[in-house]
Amino acid sequence: MTAEATTEKARIGAPSIAGFTEEGEHLVASKVDRHHSHGTQVMASRAERLTSHDVADFAVPNGREEEWRFTPVRELSNLLSDAPSEDGVLDVSVEAPAAVVQRILGAGEAPRGATLVPADRAAVVASANAGGAQLISIPENAELDAPVRVVLTGKGAGRRSNSHVVIEAGANSRGVVILEHGGIADHNGNVEVLVRQGAQLTVVSVQLWEDDAKHLAQHDAEVAKDAVYKHIAVTLGGKIVRLNSNVRFAGEGAEAELLGLYFADAGQHLEHRSFVDHNVPNCKSNVLYKGALQGKGAHTVWVGDVLIQKQAEGTDSYEKNQNLVLTDGCRADSVPNLEIETGLIEGAGHASATGRFDDEHLFYLMARGIPEDVARRLVVRGFLNEIIQQIKVPALEERLTEAVERELAATDN
Amino acid sequence: MSTLEIKDLHVSIETEQGTKEILKGVSLTIRTGETHAIMGPNGSGKSTLASTIAGHPRYTVTNGTITLDGEDVLAMSVDERARAGVFLAMQYPVEVPGVTMTNFLRTAKTAIDGEAPKLRTWTKDVKDAMEKLRIDADFAQRNVNEGFSGGEKKRVEILQLELFKPKFAVLDETDSGLDVDALKIVSEGVNRAHAEGNMGTLLITHYTRILRYIKPDFVHVFVDGQVVEEGGPELADRLEEEGYDRYAKGAGAASIAAAAAAQA
Repeated sequence: MTAEATTEKARIGAPSIAGFTEEGEHLVASKVDRHHSHGTQVMASRAERLTSHDVADFAVPNGREEEWRFTPVRELSNLLSDAPSEDGVLDVSVEAPAAVVQRILGAGEAPRGATLVPADRAAVVASANAGGAQLISIPENAELDAPVRVVLTGKGAGRRSNSHVVIEAGANSRGVVILEHGGIADHNGNVEVLVRQGAQLTVVSVQLWEDDAKHLAQHDAEVAKDAVYKHIAVTLGGKIVRLNSNVRFAGEGAEAELLGLYFADAGQHLEHRSFVDHNVPNCKSNVLYKGALQGKGAHTVWVGDVLIQKQAEGTDSYEKNQNLVLTDGCRADSVPNLEIETGLIEGAGHASATGRFDDEHLFYLMARGIPEDVARRLVVRGFLNEIIQQIKVPALEERLTEAVERELAATDN
Repeated sequence: MSTLEIKDLHVSIETEQGTKEILKGVSLTIRTGETHAIMGPNGSGKSTLASTIAGHPRYTVTNGTITLDGEDVLAMSVDERARAGVFLAMQYPVEVPGVTMTNFLRTAKTAIDGEAPKLRTWTKDVKDAMEKLRIDADFAQRNVNEGFSGGEKKRVEILQLELFKPKFAVLDETDSGLDVDALKIVSEGVNRAHAEGNMGTLLITHYTRILRYIKPDFVHVFVDGQVVEEGGPELADRLEEEGYDRYAKGAGAASIAAAAAAQA
């Protein structure tokens, strides 16, 4: 229309949400600070974060540690203890096209343990106690005509389970793997993902837990030359969920997208952390997490770390978190951290916005004839659909849209 | 032919200092095909009248009635009023997160008509209406009012007016913040909607400027929550020359008597 339409925000691809406070920057070669963080504390570089397979290296956190400061650790003692799975507490079933290789990997059996090195107490005790790991391997050049479904169902409130899933996408393969978490348990689940050269892999982790479930997870991926990896976390259920989605590269020309959608109701703590390690030149990453909150004590956390290492020239990265607060009494924490060690990059940007759907939005829509319940659904569906439509598995998209509608129906009451 | 009738309307709001009466007995009758201009200084209650007609929850009606063809508008919820044919072009349209213009327009049209518009003709109608109001096609994919300038928001209000085809349009200071070109574009939109012959218009404005483009049949002067003078379009010309000062000084019997005389 006019020059007015071309705002700075539009240029950096971070359209704001109405009435939202927003911070966003676009750091390019000419404008680089080495360590750029919006946390309230001065932090060590993400590169210095300890990773280890040895349980003794990680003390049980007390909640004051930088990486645990938002998490209700006192409610997680069961999950943070060095304890085995209880009998029969987790059902794991796999549905996969015939081409997919499924096998159980023992401790230390390749490719297990190559990609995922635990980065916190939860992951290390999970790794040590998971027993056999479920391998899902898509052969070289295979193009799956249907998604692989790994269904993990918890069988008891407060009962401990550990699991380890290894996903391998062979060179130039194409596929989608869906991890569906449901039922109820205290579940510690590690997932490691190897995306071989030229492969295109989407991993969707769906958390549709029942109300009292607790779930801690570390999902680590390594993406080889010219490969494309997409990780989508969808968290709707569970009392406490904390999912760390990490990615690094093993060759140039690789791309990673870390996406997430969460909807927290009263009393739910839903925490997502992402870490993109640009350790290789000329790779691309995009991080987008979107959340909705409603009800007293609903708490969401997003911490997005991006590290562009000195050698990672030509990096193009962007990360963004948006939260939509639907009622009073909610809390959304959002912390983008960007560390840049080289100026020779294509781009590195971040944005975070948290705002609310309020009576004025509602009045505007209703003044156009739209009934109240439809208006609320319209807003939240529109907001979250940006993530759901990235899944590209129609049956799952439909299920998740319905699940979001059910969350919304709870608001109407 | 429809009639929107406002009788002895008293409206209050809650403030930190307690309840405050804003409208102190307003009566107006608007019929299909008529354009009524409501003019008055800031704080006289013009926008309160607009918001009350649309049903904004901030305003409490303490006395009086609003009826649309005899139906009690005050008993209707906000969305019911819109579906009954009342449209408010807002002074400060809000940005609605997460909802694209396309999705919003279709959802609203469906709600107002009680059935989904035919996709092919609807898409064309939207496109044509946008073109006439010089709204870029890519606005259809943007979220409602998100990042729009003040002038763009006003054009989008008139876009909705043209697409939803209400029985009565209330334009709340649609002219404020518009440059001359935008004012012309917006006025042409209102005149197109009016020319279809099924709409009555209540045009609320502080300035006479917009009345060069939209010709009122009646002018009502608002001061301190009451209509203090009424007349034809010539009253607007007088206001242009004399301003509102003379009402502010002696707002009361004399000017109301003058209004009565003018009507007689």
